[in-house]
Amino acid sequence: MSKMPHYTATTNACKLCRPLGASIAFRGIEGCVPFLHGSQGCATYMRRYIISHFNEPIDIASSSLGEKNAIYGGGPNLKLGLKNVTAKYAPRLIGVATTCLTETIGDNVPMILAEYAREFGQADSPFLVQVSTPSYAGTHMEGFHGAVKAVVEQLAEATAPHGGLNLLCGFVSPADIRWLRSVMDDFGLPATILPDYSDTLDGPALLDYPLIPEGGTPLADIRKMGGARATVELGATLPAETGGTVLAQRGVKLYRTGLPVGIRATDDFLELLAAISGRDIPGHHLAARGRLVDAMVDGHKYIFGKRAVVYGEEDLVAGLAGMLAEIGVHPVLCASGGKSGRMAEGVAAAIRGLDCAMPTVLEDVDFYDIEGQAKELGVDLVVGHSKGYAFARRENLPLIRVGFPIHDRIGGQRILHLGYQGAQGLFDLITNTVIEKKQSDSPVGYSYM
Amino acid sequence: MSTLPLLKERTSQIHRKGTAPFELDCNKDSLAGAVSQRACVFCGSRVVLYPIADALHLVHGPIGCAVYTWDIRGALSSGPELHRLSFSTDLQELDVIFGGEKKLEKALDELIDRHRPKAAFVYSTCIVGLIGDDLEAVCKKVSAAKGIPVLPVQSEGFKGNKRAGYEAACQAMGRLVGTGDTEGIGRHSINILGDFNLAGEIWLIREYFTRMGIEVIANITGDGRVEDIRRCHGAALNVVQCSGATMDLANMMRERYGIPAVRVSYFGVEDMAEALYTVARHFGDPAMMDKARALVKAELATLLPELARYRKALAGKKAAIYVGGAFKAFSLVKAFRLIGMDVVMVGSQTGTKEDYLELAEITDLGTIIVDDSNPLELSSFLKEKDVDVFVGGVKERPIAYKLGVAFCDHNHERKEMLAGFAGMLNFVREVYGSVMSPVWKFVPRRMEKRS
Repeated sequence: MSKMPHYTATTNACKLCRPLGASIAFRGIEGCVPFLHGSQGCATYMRRYIISHFNEPIDIASSSLGEKNAIYGGGPNLKLGLKNVTAKYAPRLIGVATTCLTETIGDNVPMILAEYAREFGQADSPFLVQVSTPSYAGTHMEGFHGAVKAVVEQLAEATAPHGGLNLLCGFVSPADIRWLRSVMDDFGLPATILPDYSDTLDGPALLDYPLIPEGGTPLADIRKMGGARATVELGATLPAETGGTVLAQRGVKLYRTGLPVGIRATDDFLELLAAISGRDIPGHHLAARGRLVDAMVDGHKYIFGKRAVVYGEEDLVAGLAGMLAEIGVHPVLCASGGKSGRMAEGVAAAIRGLDCAMPTVLEDVDFYDIEGQAKELGVDLVVGHSKGYAFARRENLPLIRVGFPIHDRIGGQRILHLGYQGAQGLFDLITNTVIEKKQSDSPVGYSYM
Repeated sequence: MSTLPLLKERTSQIHRKGTAPFELDCNKDSLAGAVSQRACVFCGSRVVLYPIADALHLVHGPIGCAVYTWDIRGALSSGPELHRLSFSTDLQELDVIFGGEKKLEKALDELIDRHRPKAAFVYSTCIVGLIGDDLEAVCKKVSAAKGIPVLPVQSEGFKGNKRAGYEAACQAMGRLVGTGDTEGIGRHSINILGDFNLAGEIWLIREYFTRMGIEVIANITGDGRVEDIRRCHGAALNVVQCSGATMDLANMMRERYGIPAVRVSYFGVEDMAEALYTVARHFGDPAMMDKARALVKAELATLLPELARYRKALAGKKAAIYVGGAFKAFSLVKAFRLIGMDVVMVGSQTGTKEDYLELAEITDLGTIIVDDSNPLELSSFLKEKDVDVFVGGVKERPIAYKLGVAFCDHNHERKEMLAGFAGMLNFVREVYGSVMSPVWKFVPRRMEKRS
C-alpha cells in the first residue's frame, strides 16, 4: 500500500462520524428510534445530512446535554430522554449510541440503562440497545457495524435451530436491500436481513406522519438469529468482531463474502446461497447475467482503458474496483477515509485475474489527498458519492454517483449497486456517461455514437 | 398510526391565538428526547461566520462537526471561496487523552501556508471544551508567527443553543473590528449585518443602497471579507437583519464606537421598502429619501402586476412557517398576507418573548404559535390546519412531503434569491410552483378528500 504524505489537517473529509452509521443501522430495525446520547447538535446535523440523501424523515432523539450535564454527568438527561421518547413514539426498541461528548465525560451508559430499566421498566417498555460510538475513533462504518453487532449481542436469544439464514448486508441502499430480499425469496431462504431500512428510509407518501415508519428487521426474527443455519456477512474489509462473529461464537456458521457488486462477486454470492439452500441458481438470474454480458460486449470499446478514481466506504470501493476491472476500466486509485487496514487486500482480491494492474490504494485520506493523487495518476472518471463533485468539476471529469451520500440528485436511495441488475445499471450509466462526454466535447455533434 | 398527545413539558411552548391571554415559554434548553429541530452552539457560530470567504475556518474536534457543515450554505462569494472548504483537526483517541493543542498548531501552520487566508477562525467543539485545550494561547502563538489574526470561537456544542453560538461568533468578529484603516469612509456609510448572501441576495441589497447614494463598508457576513470587517467601525450606521445572529456585534460597536444600529428585514415588499426608508430617515437627507421612494416606486411598478397574477391562484390557501429566527417569520407573515394567503401556524427555533408577542399581534385568531418544535408536533399542526404550503428548512421538508404538503425552502441551503423586491417575486413563484403542482392529486391526503 502506498501512502500519501501525511498532513495534519483534514480537508474535505471522505468519511463521516461514527454515531451517524449507528443511527442509520438502528433505523433499519422494526419499531426502533435511534437515540444519541450527547448534545442536541449531533442529532440535528446527522438528521439533516441523512435527509438530504434519502429525502425521508428520520427522527433521531437526543439527550440534549447542556453544560451542567457535561460536568455532573448525562445520566439524568439520558433517562428523561428515554422516558419522553417512550411516551411520544411508543417504540419497541430504542437504540442508544454515544457521542464524543459522553464518551469523554465517561458516562457509563450500560449502567445508566440498567438503572433506568430498574426504575421505570414495565412489561411493555421498549428494549434498550446501546453501542459505544465515540466520533474520535473510526468512521460511520465502525458505527454501522458496531450497532449491528450490539443489536445481535443484546437481543438475540438462545433459540432452537431453524432453517433460516442471517444476512448482515452492510451499508447498502434501500434498493440493494430490496434486491437482497428478492434473492433470498428466490432461493427459498427465510432470511433475517439486518438492518433493513428498505421501507423505513424509502417509504410511500402517507396520510399521517408515522411515529416510526413501518418496516425494519422484525424484532422477533432478531431474537431467533442464534438458531439460524448460517450467517452471511457482506463486505471485504469487515472488522474482526461483528454481528457475524458474535453469532459464530454461539454456533451459527459464518460465511463472509464481498458486496456482490459486478459479475464475479455476484456469482460468488449466488453460488454461496445455492450451496446453503441446496437449490440451483434461479433461471432469471442467469438470464440477467446473460443480458449483462451481452451489454458489456456491446459497450466495451467505449470504455476500455479508461482510468477511474473510486472512493467511499472501503467495502463499496473494493466491490466497485472489481466491477470496473471487469468492464475494462482501470481503477487506478481506490481511496477511503476509513482505515480498516484491509482495503488493499479487498481490492486485490476483487481484481484478481482480470489483467488489471494493482491500483494505488489509500486508506485514511481526505479529498485533498484524493484530488492530488488523482491528478498525479491521471483519471478519466470519478466514481463515488456526491462529495467528490467539487473536485470532479474542477478537473472537468464526469462523476458517477454511487453510495452515500448523494446530496445533489434525487433518488440516491433507489440506486441499485448489487447483483447482475445493479451491475447492468452501473455499466449503462458509466458507458453512457463516457459517450455523452465524448459527444458533447466534440464539435461535430454526432447523432450516432 | 395516530399521533400521541403532546409531552406535558412542551405545552407551555405552544400557543393558539385567541384561546387564552398570550403566554409562551421560550429561550430554554431543548427537552431531552423531544427531537428538537435545533442544532447547537457550534452550529450558531458556524452559520454566522461561514460566509467570510477569505478566512480559514478550522473546526477543532473530531470529524463530524466539520463534515456536516462542509459547503452547507448557499452563501455566494464574488471572489475567494475558501469558506466552501471543510477543515478539521479530526481529533483521534490519543489527542483526546493527551490534548489537541499541538495538532491544532500544526494544522493551522499547514493550512495558513497552503491557503494564505486573511484571517483564521478556530471553532471549539464539545470535546475541546472538555479536554481543556487552550485555544486562546495556540491562536495567539500562530497569529504572531503568521502575521494574520487567528481567532478562537468558543462554540462548544453543549454550552447552550444556537443563540449562544451567534454570540460566540460576534465576539470573534468583535476582535477584528477596529483593527483596520477607516480613512476615506464617507458620511453616508453603512455596514450590512445579518445577510448571508444566499443566492446573491446581498448584491441586490447593496445595489439598492448604492442607488440611494449610500456607501457600503462591510458585508457581515455575506460575501464577507476580513479587511472590510477590520475597518467597519468607520461606518456611520449598522443596518442589522436577522433577529439574533449579528445584533450582539452591533451592540458591541455601539458601545465601543458609538455607531448606531437599525433593525430591518429584506423579505417581503413592505419590509424591504421600510428597510430603505429606515436608513434614509436615519441620515435625514431629503435627497436620499427621494431616491429611496423613487426606487421603491420603480420596483413596485414591475412587481405588483406580476404578484397580482399569482395572488389570483393562491388567495385563500393556508401557509405554515417554521424557521430558525423569529424575525424572518414576521416578514413571511406579511408577505403571505400580500398575496392573500392565511398563515395558520408560525414558529421558530430560537425566538424571544418579544418576538412571539409580536407574532401574536400580527397573526389571525386561531393561528398556532410555537417555540422549539419537533417533527411530531409540526406534522400534527400541518394536518390539523390542513395546510397548503409549509415554509421551513431541509429538516422540515420531509415532514411536509411525507404528508403531501407543498414546501418552500427558506433556509440557508436554498439556491433561490428570496430577499428584496425581485426576491418577493421569486418567493411567490416558489410557493406557486409547489402549491399548484399536480402531484398533490395523487397523495393520500387529497385522494381521501375526493372520495
